[in-house]
Amino acid sequence: MLTLTGFSKWLAATSLSHTIQTVTWIIPTIQTIHILCVAIVFSSAVLVDLRIFRVFERDEPLREVARRFLPPIWPVLLVLLVTGSLLIIGEPRRSLVNTTFYLKMALLLVAIVLTATLQRMALASPGVFEDRSRQMAGRALATLSILVWCGILFAGRWIAYTQAG
Amino acid sequence: MSYLQDLIAFFEDSGIADSIRENDILFPTIESVHVIAICLVIGSILVLDLRLLGFASTNRPVGRLSRAVLPVTWGAFAIAVSSGFLLFISNATKYLANGYFDAKLVLICAAGLNMIVFHAISAKDLPQWEKQKSPPLRARIAGALSILLWIAVVACGRWIGFTMQVL
Repeated sequence: MLTLTGFSKWLAATSLSHTIQTVTWIIPTIQTIHILCVAIVFSSAVLVDLRIFRVFERDEPLREVARRFLPPIWPVLLVLLVTGSLLIIGEPRRSLVNTTFYLKMALLLVAIVLTATLQRMALASPGVFEDRSRQMAGRALATLSILVWCGILFAGRWIAYTQAG
Repeated sequence: MSYLQDLIAFFEDSGIADSIRENDILFPTIESVHVIAICLVIGSILVLDLRLLGFASTNRPVGRLSRAVLPVTWGAFAIAVSSGFLLFISNATKYLANGYFDAKLVLICAAGLNMIVFHAISAKDLPQWEKQKSPPLRARIAGALSILLWIAVVACGRWIGFTMQVL
């Protein structure tokens, strides 16, 4: 029977995993790239959220701000997929049998849907959250976005502290 | 020097430092806040660096963009320094003995110096070129230097975790 523990064991025995485990500079290097990419994605999303709250680049329409900051998120997420996968291959048990990792992935899924929705709405019409009736909806989405992204970063750091012995 | 050592010992022996050392939840929680703040510092300053390089936000005047971005950067930096200070005092002596920690502090100072030099000297004639798609060489150098320094800061931060056992 294929279990997560069994899969982790198999993965850890592959030669790629062995290389990542034994060459000491590989994991910190991948983690550095991973964090830098997280910084780009997180800041892009948060800056647009702050624009919705009218505390960032108020003199530019939301559509223009969203056009500058949201589309770059997607290719960077692909880099994160690669660096994240390499980190899993290097230490499978650290994440694959760790609830915190799945919490992070669930939150990431929410963040992706939320960001894609915001991008679609903001690019579709120039003043989407500007009129009073929509303002509350915009601020609710922006608040949720900030909380979910912070949750992803929190969970990411906690993976190191909740791994099985 | 001994005065500095006394000061560090004072913080390291304090009740707060003791709690952060002993409590299983406190250290990772402060660390998470630290990572979130650093991410926002780097991501927001990158917006400005890429503009100085002429790679992004090229339709925005540099002065206006920096007035929008820098309050976010400084706010996040204040949180990063406060949370970093709390992590530091929990094991001050060990951190100071770690070369990557010392390098990280030096690199952050270098990034600050780069910013001060740019604002005080290189950007004196900002109104003349701030609308140009590609700013003058000295501005592009400041942007490139900032990116490289912050990448090095993150790398050092990560290497601290692999070269010292705190818990």
